[in-house]
Amino acid sequence: MIRTRDLSVRLGERDVLSGVGLHVRQGEWVAVIGPNGAGKSTLLKALMGLVGHRGEILLGDRPSGALKPRARARLVAYAPQTPALPRDMTVLDYALLGRTPYIPYLGRESGHDREVTESVLDRLDLTRLAARPVGELSGGERQRVVLARALAQQAPVLLLDEPTTALDLGHQQQVLELVDRLRRADGLTVVTSLHDLTVAGLYADSLLLLADGRAVASGAPSQVLTEESVGRHFEANVKIEPGPDGRPVVHLVRGGP
Amino acid sequence: MVTRARPSRARPLWVACALGVLAVAMLAGLLDGAADISPWQVVLQVADWLPFGHVDSGLAPVEQGLLLELRLPRVLVAAVVGGLLAMAGAAYQGVFRNPLADPYLLGAAAGAGLATTAAIVLLPAATASIPVAAFIGALGGVLLAYTLGNTAGRSGGTATLVLAGVAVTSFLTAIQTFIQQFDVEELQRVYAWILGDVGGGWEQLWMILPYAAVSSVVLLLHGRMLDVLSVGDEEASGLGVRAARVRFTVLVAASLATAAAVAVSGLIGFVGIVVPHVVRRLAGGSYRIVLPLSLIGGAAFLVLADLVARTVLAPAELPIGVVTMFVGAPFFVGVLRMTRRAVT
Ligand SMILES: Nc1ncnc2c1ncn2[C@@H]1O[C@H](COP(=O)(O)OP(=O)(O)OP(=O)(O)O)[C@@H](O)[C@H]1O
Ligand SMILES: [Mg+2]
Repeated sequence: MIRTRDLSVRLGERDVLSGVGLHVRQGEWVAVIGPNGAGKSTLLKALMGLVGHRGEILLGDRPSGALKPRARARLVAYAPQTPALPRDMTVLDYALLGRTPYIPYLGRESGHDREVTESVLDRLDLTRLAARPVGELSGGERQRVVLARALAQQAPVLLLDEPTTALDLGHQQQVLELVDRLRRADGLTVVTSLHDLTVAGLYADSLLLLADGRAVASGAPSQVLTEESVGRHFEANVKIEPGPDGRPVVHLVRGGP
Repeated sequence: MVTRARPSRARPLWVACALGVLAVAMLAGLLDGAADISPWQVVLQVADWLPFGHVDSGLAPVEQGLLLELRLPRVLVAAVVGGLLAMAGAAYQGVFRNPLADPYLLGAAAGAGLATTAAIVLLPAATASIPVAAFIGALGGVLLAYTLGNTAGRSGGTATLVLAGVAVTSFLTAIQTFIQQFDVEELQRVYAWILGDVGGGWEQLWMILPYAAVSSVVLLLHGRMLDVLSVGDEEASGLGVRAARVRFTVLVAASLATAAAVAVSGLIGFVGIVVPHVVRRLAGGSYRIVLPLSLIGGAAFLVLADLVARTVLAPAELPIGVVTMFVGAPFFVGVLRMTRRAVT
């Protein structure tokens, strides 16, 4: 569904990504992990065509450059790490923007667009907030609203940049479970960057570890999440054990690296 | 259970209310002046002008002439100019994602100022050339700022556009001041023009009506697109919208509206900022609401401002630009206080 070959991105004077290869099959969930500044957000932006790049990006077998903006928006939905939120806009209006790829340029949303949006709001526990201005929400509520907009887009590929950083434990689970359910039911392909390594290992089929703009490891969570590699690339002292379902659980060890 | 939220649209009820306010304002504008015409007679006379049937208002031909040739065009020009400025202001605020953007942000005022000064100084006799000069100057100023902003920075970015607007404004204003020095006698006329005037008559109304119609239609159709732009260029692009293209279209339409307004009325400040904000406070932040209600509200506001301009010092007239600022500022503060909310 998504394939990059030798993807490099230069921003200003810096090589932010160099030679990254990523392969995501349809219906697969890949989590991009790595320390701050490793290039995770940049990778997602490059997939969206938001930053200039060298190398090849294929989205559903087509070179990403060949896709028209609307066609791309129907294929890929993106929720950024730091979204710009129009303070005065209501939650419902904001989520409805996700239907833009289906609405004629100067047209208005249809009843179907509203139904889709309302059901997404409902699934994310946001119906109660639908009439509130986005600017008045808490950090976690905002994050779910941004996710609602991306889900309302009903694209077969979801790119989520740190979708759970501001969420409490219950909502974290709710959001991740929802994405997982959509993936199983509708065959969505999901790429997320995630900071919580345990969570990344718990939900993703495979992980891509970025460090300094290079892909240093990729594969099944238990292969990528080793004490050695996490210790080296995150400069952290951790202990990793298999959890109840065999997936790795990452513990911090007091005393630093 | 909470009532189900509905998407923001300009609801018929609000539009009807706004139109009601506008109608009252226009009636008041027609009434003011020589004393003996009653409101009812004006209503009858307006009904008589309408295409269907004949109504006897009991007004003498002189009074009818006064209404038809002086007051009616004046009220209509004020309404059109006010509506255009307020709507253009709202559009600029949407494009620049900045609530303080006004229709003159991109050099329209400075361009018009320079062209008008040049026309007054170089062709002192040809008063008719002023609106044309102002119109061309306003568009020229915007075009200059837009070209500069797009060549200097990454194409389509808003920050460089605003900076280009600032540069163009000070540059053109400097030239204008320089030209003024050649002909100090005409300074009075230049200032009179800058402070605004809507007493142009039918001819000027017909002149700007086509531009007003085209720009209004284009802007009103772009309400949802401006809402999409408010999430930022990257996300708009993620939603399949070419932000730079939308911005260009909206800027062209809003600048055309501004130039048309400037051409017949000079530089009337504050309308383009105050009216959209009042609308936002009262009716909601979606541009699908802000644009149409600003159009109507701006029209009502300027008709009333002109009424004040004609009455406070009657028979002398205040420049209307002075009134919009003098009345507009406290009114604005009042609305801000009334609708005070927790602001972070
Ligand atoms: N527009 C830009 N110009 C120059 N450098 C940039 C730009 N955007 C990002 N960078 C740099 O690129 C690197 C990667 O940034 P990116 O946002 O992709 O990191 P990240 O892995 O998402 O980090 P985080 O975990 O903090 O979200 C950083 O060092 C950042 O400073
Ligand atoms: Mg990031």
